[in-house]
Amino acid sequence: MKYACLIYSDEANGEANPDPTSEAMAKIMVGYNAFGEAHGGDIQAGEALAPTSTATTVQVEDGNIVTTDGPFAETKEQLGGFYIIDVPDLDAAIAAAAKIPHSAAGLGRIEVRPVLEF
Amino acid sequence: MASLLADFGDLSEAEDAAQDAAEEALAKWPEQGLPDRPGAWLTVVGRRRAIDRLRRASRGREKTDQLARLQSRNIDPNQINLEEVENRSFDAESSLLRDEQLRLIFGCCHPSLGQEVQMALTLRSLGGMTTAEIARAFLVHESTMAQRLVRAKKKISMAAVPFKIPPDHELLARTNQVRTIVYLIFNEGYDSSDGTAVTKQELCSEAVRLAQLVADLTPDDPESLGLFALLLLIQARSAARIDADGDLVLLADQDRSRWDQSLIGEGEAVLDRALRLNKSGPYQIQAAINALHDTAATSAETDWEQIELLYRQLVLVSPTPVVRLNHAVAVAMARTPVEGLAILDRAELAESLENYQHYHSARGELLSSIDAGRAKDALEQALALTANPAERRLLKKKIGAL
Repeated sequence: MKYACLIYSDEANGEANPDPTSEAMAKIMVGYNAFGEAHGGDIQAGEALAPTSTATTVQVEDGNIVTTDGPFAETKEQLGGFYIIDVPDLDAAIAAAAKIPHSAAGLGRIEVRPVLEF
Repeated sequence: MASLLADFGDLSEAEDAAQDAAEEALAKWPEQGLPDRPGAWLTVVGRRRAIDRLRRASRGREKTDQLARLQSRNIDPNQINLEEVENRSFDAESSLLRDEQLRLIFGCCHPSLGQEVQMALTLRSLGGMTTAEIARAFLVHESTMAQRLVRAKKKISMAAVPFKIPPDHELLARTNQVRTIVYLIFNEGYDSSDGTAVTKQELCSEAVRLAQLVADLTPDDPESLGLFALLLLIQARSAARIDADGDLVLLADQDRSRWDQSLIGEGEAVLDRALRLNKSGPYQIQAAINALHDTAATSAETDWEQIELLYRQLVLVSPTPVVRLNHAVAVAMARTPVEGLAILDRAELAESLENYQHYHSARGELLSSIDAGRAKDALEQALALTANPAERRLLKKKIGAL
C-alpha cells in the first residue's frame, strides 16, 4: 500500500521552520537524513517544499489562466513537504509518520493519505 | 463473521461471505443435518463462496490483493478441506476464533476511525445489532448511520486499516482504546436514557456483553476484568434508576430491593478476579467504588470514607476533571459539604467543567445545606445545560425543594 505522508507545520514558528542556513536547520536535516536511511526501503519519493509565500495558485476560468499569489488556502499550519511510502498497512504508515522528524519532535503534524492506484 | 473478516480484511466482503454461508446453511442443514462444528462450517463455506466471487471479479488490483491475503494465510482456495477444519480439536478452534475476534475488535476500534464510527462498527460486527437498531440508539436516521458505516468501510479498505492483533509495544494502548469504546457505548446508553428509550437500554446491555467478550479475550489484563465488573455493578441498579413516571431516581433515593443481586454478585466475583492479578487501574477502582455502593444496605450505611479513599487513588491515576468532581462529592459525603465545595470551587476545575451540567448540579446539591440562594443559582445553571427531559424534571424538583 502506498501512502502520502504530508508534513504540516507552522511556517511562522522558527523552531519548526528555521532559517535554511541556521544551525537549527542543520539539526533538523540530520534528523531527516537519519529517517531517510532508516526507512529507505519504504520511501518511494519525498521532497521538502519552499514556504507558501513562494506559492502561486493557478485556476482556469473560461479557458483563461488565472493566477493568485499565495497558497490555495490560508491555514494555521502549512504543507512543508511530503513522503510517498510503500508499506503493508495503515499501522505501518502511522508508525513511519510518527518518526518523521517534524512529528517526532512535536513541531508538526503528518496527514497520512492512501495513494489511489489506477 | 470474525473469521471471515480476518481473511478478507474487508467488512463488506466478510458480510457478503457470511450472508452467502448462511444461505447455503439454510438450504443444506435441513436436508443433511447440522454439521459437527456449525461455526467452522459457516466460515469455510463463506470463505469458499467469497473466493469464488473474488475470482469472478478479480480484474481490479484490490481484489487480487484480497486473494493474495487469503493465500498468505496458507489456505489454498482450491484445497479447502471441510473435514480437516471440522476435525480440528476444540481448543485449536476456540483459540483460532479468539484470535479472529480480537482482530475484529481491534480493527473496529482502530484509532484512525472516528469515535462514533468505532462504536457503530463494534456494535454492528461484534454485538449483534442491526444498522437500524444502532441508528435508533444514536438518534440518527437509518440512512445516515448506513452512510456512516459505508464511508467507514471504504476508509478501512482504501487506507488498509489493519484488522490484526497489534504488536506488543502497542497492545496496551490499543486494548485501552477498545475498552474506551465499550465504555462509551455503555455511557451512550446510560447518560441519555430517559426511561422511554428502550433502544438506549439495549446499548447498555450490549456494552456489558462486549465488556465480557473483551475480558474473555484479554484474560491477563486486569483492567478488562475491571471494566466488565464496573459495567455489571452499574447495570445492577438500572431497574431502580427510573421510577414509574419515567423520572430519574438518584442513587441515595433508589429502592434497593430492585437492585439485581445476581449482577452484583457476578460483578463482585469478576472484580475479585481482577484484583487477584495485582495491578490496579482506573476501571478496577471505579468498579470497587460501585461495589461499595451496591453492597450498602441503605444509603446512610454507604462507606463514604472508603469511597473517598478510592476516588483519591483514582485522581492519582486518572486526574480528569470529572474524576475530581466525583472525588469532591465523596469528600463532602465522608466529611463535610464545605470541604467538598472547596475542591469544586478551585478555579481550574470550575473553568474546565463550566459547561458540564453535573458540575453545577453537584455544586447546587452541596450548597443546599449551606446557602439556598447560591444553591438555586447553581441548579439553574445545570438546568440550562441539559435537554434531557428526565434530568430536567429532576433538577426542577430539587429547585422547588430548596
